[in-house]
Amino acid sequence: MVTRLEQPRGGFNFDNFQRNVSLEQKGIRIPKPIKTGTTIAAIIYKDGVCLGADTRATSGPIVADKNCAKIHYLAPNIYCCGAGTAADTEFTTALISSQLELHRLTTGRQTRLSTARSMLCQMLFKYQGHVSAALIIGGYDVNGPNLYSVMPHGSVDNVPFMTMGSGSLAAMAVFERSWRKDLERQEAIDLVKDAIDAGIFNDLGSGSNVDINVIEKDKVDIYRNYYKPNERAPKEKVYKFKRGTTPILKESIKDILVITEGVEAMDIS
Amino acid sequence: MDHFSQGNINYPPQPRSDAFSDPTTQTLNPIVVGSSVLAIKYKDGVMLAADTLASFGSLARFRDCERLYRVGDFTVLGASGDISDFQYTTHLLDTLVVEEYYTNDGHVLKPPNIYEYLSRLTYGKRNKFDPLLNSYVIGGFDGGEGFLGYVGHLGTSYQSSTIATGIGAHIAQPILRKVVEGRENTITEEEAIQVLEDCEKILYCRDGRSLNYYQRAKITAQGVEISGPHKVEGDWQYGVKFGKYGNFK
Amino acid sequence: MNPVALYNHDAPISAAQQHQFDPYEMNGGSSLVIKGADYCLIASDTRQSDGYKINSRYVPKAFKLTETAVLATSGFSADGLALFKKLSQNLEWYKHAHDKVMSTPAIAQMLSNTLYYKRFFPYYTFCLLGGIDEQGRGVSYSYDPLGSYGAEPYKSVGHKNQQGVQRTDMSLDTAISIAKDAFTSASERDI
Repeated sequence: MVTRLEQPRGGFNFDNFQRNVSLEQKGIRIPKPIKTGTTIAAIIYKDGVCLGADTRATSGPIVADKNCAKIHYLAPNIYCCGAGTAADTEFTTALISSQLELHRLTTGRQTRLSTARSMLCQMLFKYQGHVSAALIIGGYDVNGPNLYSVMPHGSVDNVPFMTMGSGSLAAMAVFERSWRKDLERQEAIDLVKDAIDAGIFNDLGSGSNVDINVIEKDKVDIYRNYYKPNERAPKEKVYKFKRGTTPILKESIKDILVITEGVEAMDIS
Repeated sequence: MDHFSQGNINYPPQPRSDAFSDPTTQTLNPIVVGSSVLAIKYKDGVMLAADTLASFGSLARFRDCERLYRVGDFTVLGASGDISDFQYTTHLLDTLVVEEYYTNDGHVLKPPNIYEYLSRLTYGKRNKFDPLLNSYVIGGFDGGEGFLGYVGHLGTSYQSSTIATGIGAHIAQPILRKVVEGRENTITEEEAIQVLEDCEKILYCRDGRSLNYYQRAKITAQGVEISGPHKVEGDWQYGVKFGKYGNFK
Repeated sequence: MNPVALYNHDAPISAAQQHQFDPYEMNGGSSLVIKGADYCLIASDTRQSDGYKINSRYVPKAFKLTETAVLATSGFSADGLALFKKLSQNLEWYKHAHDKVMSTPAIAQMLSNTLYYKRFFPYYTFCLLGGIDEQGRGVSYSYDPLGSYGAEPYKSVGHKNQQGVQRTDMSLDTAISIAKDAFTSASERDI
């Protein structure tokens, strides 16, 4: 008897996800991804948007990176804060930023935020939440300063201020307390700094330094490590091994052969 | 479990699936629950705040539930979590206070005694796998200064100059810490009221199980004062004012 | 299509509800002990946490048992406190029964027994016991939550290729500096 295997007729295919679940049930350990247990925050102010992020990346209870960058480039006028699985946020933003570059070359126009937003949310929706990236897109385009938040399942919100990541509640509390419309540039930077700071000190998934990114019309300022509240105190002792700790078992000294380069006359005899 | 399904003269037939068919008789799921309790130390003592909502799942069931309770002359107990367990605890504490009063030895229950009692009570109940599903905040005044302690449903306890339970621990605690830490002896009553009101307002905006009415307790050298319900005004205008909100341009 | 056919009448209406209650919580913490010839250093951090949130930045988890013994705990804070209270009570009873304070090595054995007594509902605590023995020497013990314990938790092993190292006794001041450095280093990489 001939068995005919049925071909899938379009639609999405999540066989690999099912496979991974069954492998996990059989006791095969799936490698643990690095999460950016994160505080990211952004606001719109009078002349632009201000994005902020902490710089801690974690793997379970371990700090995987003490000073990672969570504000990603999307276009010259658009940046994006990412929370969730580090690889997912990095690769989604990199992929979309490359598509946006091609889009600009095709259209010859400045990228709009709504374009970036649509591409990101369509991609995340396609993967049904399996790409765990929670993003805040901020930038300045023909419509002025704008902010979008994209959840891992692909839902979008257009907001005047937004926080995300494990420290989002701490940061949002700061925004809810002090946010107002049309802040000045420095006021906006200070508020975002305070919001990230609240995440750093009250959420164990967040830590280290504050990165700030300010986008205005035709102007982007990147302040990497704008604020460093967790500088390490100098160690009291020196823990270097003294010379001679490792014993010399065998010794052999060889002369170095020096080869000088030059032009040698060709033998034409 | 088939409980008396045939029935007899003493026990009428019972439905096969009822409350008795559960494998255990302890309450392991909270039913009617209260949300956050906030508390801070300030210049004159301790101040607590809790909204007056008791939710039944997603239903705002009781809008006038008092979750701050006076115990003795210098202590207030605040609770989040299961309301019935909280009311049972207040009953136990009342009994204890009356017993102490009858002993008539000049000793009354002070905040640290109540804190210790509650931590032993919750830990003892968790050891019996019959936990009290509450987070307690014990605010009081003792020995010339404020006392502020937390006791969780597993018996975990700690003292701190700011405490927030429930989702307030995530939302309000960062603000309380920023305002209070290191300034416990300088914050005035007005400042304390202000920061608690700010936090209640934020919780009303961001906690889906909260209410815009809250009670406040003040414990100072003069004793206990519970006031309210006070109303907070939520500000939902920012989206409207902002224009672009919710509009995918 | 017959709508009744959609339902499988043999299947249970709903799966049995599992009532489970987790009696444990992880409140974190790190402790260390360094013993010297005539001293013992015990250090603990003071943060109490629950998941990603900080309960309090100052809750001590190292407890003084006697004039010559200190217990440092980490894990489930309520169990750690209960364990300390139990040990303290036993030490009090011992003092009244024998008119002397229990020696640190004896406390070490008692702690092990106390932990194993709750073998099937363990104290979720990781204990370190440090102190001075009856001869005035530093002693230290480390435990797993069930009561398995050993002395000399920081004996260094395997220095085959470090023959140049001078092995000298460490002064208390050096030990304190190393303990501080250990905690600042740990806080860089532990959340």
